[in-house]
Amino acid sequence: MSEITVELPKSEPTSRSFLGRVKDSDLLASFLSSKVTVVAGALTLIFFLAAVFAPLIAPTNPFDPASNFLIDSLNPPRFVTGGDPRFLLGTDDQGRDLWSAILYGLRVSLLIGVFGVLLGGAIGITLGLIAGYAGGRIDSIIMRIADVQLTFPAILIALLVDGVVQALLKGQNREQTAFGILVISIGLSFWVQYARTVRGSTLVEKNRDYVQAARLIGLSPARILARHILPNVMGPVLVIATINLALAIITEATLSFLGVGLPPTQPSLGTLIRIGQNFLFSGEWWIVTFPSITLAALVLAVNLLGDWLRDALNPRLK
Amino acid sequence: MIAFIIRRLFASIGVLIAVGLIAFVLFRYIGDPVNQMVGIETPESERVALRQQLGLNDPAPVQALRFLANAARLDFGISYQFKQPVSELIGARMPATLELAFVASIMSLVAGIPMGVYTALHRRSALAKLFEALSLVGISLPTFLIGILLIYLFAVTLGWLPSFGRGDVVHIGSWWTTGLLTKSGLKSIIMPAITLALFQMTLIMRLVRAEMLEVLRADYIRFARARGLSERKVHFRHALKNTLVPVITVVGLQLGSIVAFSIITETVFSWPGMGQLFLQSVQNVDIPIMAAYLLFIAFLFVIINLVVDLLYAAVDPRLRVAIHGA
Repeated sequence: MSEITVELPKSEPTSRSFLGRVKDSDLLASFLSSKVTVVAGALTLIFFLAAVFAPLIAPTNPFDPASNFLIDSLNPPRFVTGGDPRFLLGTDDQGRDLWSAILYGLRVSLLIGVFGVLLGGAIGITLGLIAGYAGGRIDSIIMRIADVQLTFPAILIALLVDGVVQALLKGQNREQTAFGILVISIGLSFWVQYARTVRGSTLVEKNRDYVQAARLIGLSPARILARHILPNVMGPVLVIATINLALAIITEATLSFLGVGLPPTQPSLGTLIRIGQNFLFSGEWWIVTFPSITLAALVLAVNLLGDWLRDALNPRLK
Repeated sequence: MIAFIIRRLFASIGVLIAVGLIAFVLFRYIGDPVNQMVGIETPESERVALRQQLGLNDPAPVQALRFLANAARLDFGISYQFKQPVSELIGARMPATLELAFVASIMSLVAGIPMGVYTALHRRSALAKLFEALSLVGISLPTFLIGILLIYLFAVTLGWLPSFGRGDVVHIGSWWTTGLLTKSGLKSIIMPAITLALFQMTLIMRLVRAEMLEVLRADYIRFARARGLSERKVHFRHALKNTLVPVITVVGLQLGSIVAFSIITETVFSWPGMGQLFLQSVQNVDIPIMAAYLLFIAFLFVIINLVVDLLYAAVDPRLRVAIHGA
C-alpha cells in the first residue's frame, strides 16, 4: 500500500544505488563536517564491534568459572611493575582477566541498553500512535499516565520495577533473570518521551490527505497506523532512541552498581565498577579505573552522536 | 485565582490517590504479607488468625481504603526486614537526605547561574568553551562515577575529606539531626553534595545560557541599549531578571529528583539517608518501605509542583490575568 504514501518529488533518477545516495546526502556531509562527531562515531563503532566480537578478542571467558584461578587474583596490569604479562589490564579479586571482563561487560551493557531502548520504544510508539489517532478519552488517559510518570526520575522507576519484578520472580535464579529484569525496568522507565513525540506527530499526520485516502479505501486503523503514519513519524524517534541509548546504558550501569543489576558472576561494566570500588582503598586502582573509563567513553561517544543527529535532523537548524 | 488553586489542589490529590493505589497493589499482591511477618515454623492456625487480624480477608476495596487511610496518618505498617514501623525508619533517616538535597541545590544554583550567564555573554571566550565541555562531561558521566572519582582524589590520594558517613551530628528538637553544625559533619557533606549537585549544575547552566541568549535578542533589550544604559545594567537588570522565571521552575521541579537521585549518592558515600533505606528495601523485597518511599516521593513532587505553579502565577503578571480571564 506504499503507493498511497506521499512521496517527495524526486529531482534525481530513482535508479541510483543506495550507496550513491548515501554519499551525496546532507546527513553524511554534516557528519563529516565535524571532527568531534567523526571521532564519536568511530568510537561508537569500535565499542559495538568489540562487544559483538568479544569472544574472539578476549583471551579468556570471564563468565566461565573453570578458566579463572584464584591464585591469579589482584594482579596489576602488564605495563606496571609487578604485572603479569598474561593480563593486559590486570585481574580482579576472582582472578578474572580484567581486559576480557571489560569486553564481555561491554557486550552485556550494550545488549541491555539496546534491548531496553527497543522495548521502551515499542511501548512508547504504540501508545503514542494510539493516543494521537484515537484522541478523546483514550488519549487523555494515556497522556495522564505519561505525565505522572514523567515527574518521577527514570532511575527511581527502574529501581521500583526491578524490585517488583524480583518479588514476582521470587525463588528464581538471579543469574538467569537479571538480564530480563533489567531490560524490563529500563523499557518501562523510558517509554514516555517516545509516546509524547509520536502522539504529537500523529496528531498532525492523521489529518493529511494520504491518511484520509487510506481511510476511504477502508483500511483498518491498525494498518493505517503501522503502514502509513508510523513511517512518517520515525524521524524524531530515531533521535530520541540514540540519546536514550546513552541513558539506558547509564541506568543499567547504575542499577548494577547499586547491586540490583547483574550479579558478579556475569558482570556488566557497572558490576565491575561496583567490585572495583571495594579495592579503591587497598591500592588495586585498576579494577575500578578501566571499566570506568570504558563506560564514560562509551556514554560520551553515544551522547555526542545523539547531539549531532538531533541537530542534523532538525530542519529549523539547516 | 482561587478557582485555579482549587483545581490544582484537586489534581494533586488525584495523583496522590493514584500513586497510593499503586502502592497498595504492591503491598497487598506482591508476596504474601503474612508469610513475610511470621517465621517458617508458625502454625497454620496462627497464620489464619493474623490474616484475620490484619484484615486481609476483607474485600479488596475495603482494604485499599484502609491502606489509604493509614497512609494518610503516616502508618505504613511494619518493615519486613527491620521489624520496626516504617514511618519511624523513614523519619529517622529523612534529615540526612533532606540536608544533603538542600546543600546540593544551593551549590548547583550558586555555581550554575553565573556559569550560564558567563557562557551566554562571552560565547566565544575560551572559558565559556571550557564550561560547555565540562557540562557535556557532567551530563555524560554517571553520578556514581563522579562520586568514585572524588573519593579517589580527595579521600584516597589527598586524604582531605572523609569518604563515608555523615560525621558527628547534633540533635535539634525531638527528631531532627543535623551535621551542618559540626566540623566533621561539614567535611563529610562536601563530596556527596558536589556529586549530587554536578548534574543539576550543568542543567541550570545550560538553561540559563539558552534563556539568556533568547532574552538578549528581545526588543526591550535593544531599546534599553538604545536608551544608553550601561551593558552591565542591561545584562543584569533587564536580561537576567527575565531569565530567572523559567530557572525557578526548573530548580523547583528538580528538587524532587535531587532527593530521588540521592539514592545513588548515598550508596557511594554510605550516607545514612532514606535513599539507602529504599535501596535495601528493593534488594530485600521489603514492600512496606518501598510503598512508603514511593508515596513520600510522590507527595514531595506534588507539593513542589503545586508551589511552583502558585509561584509562577505570583511572579508572572500575564499568567495572573490569563487565569482571571479563564
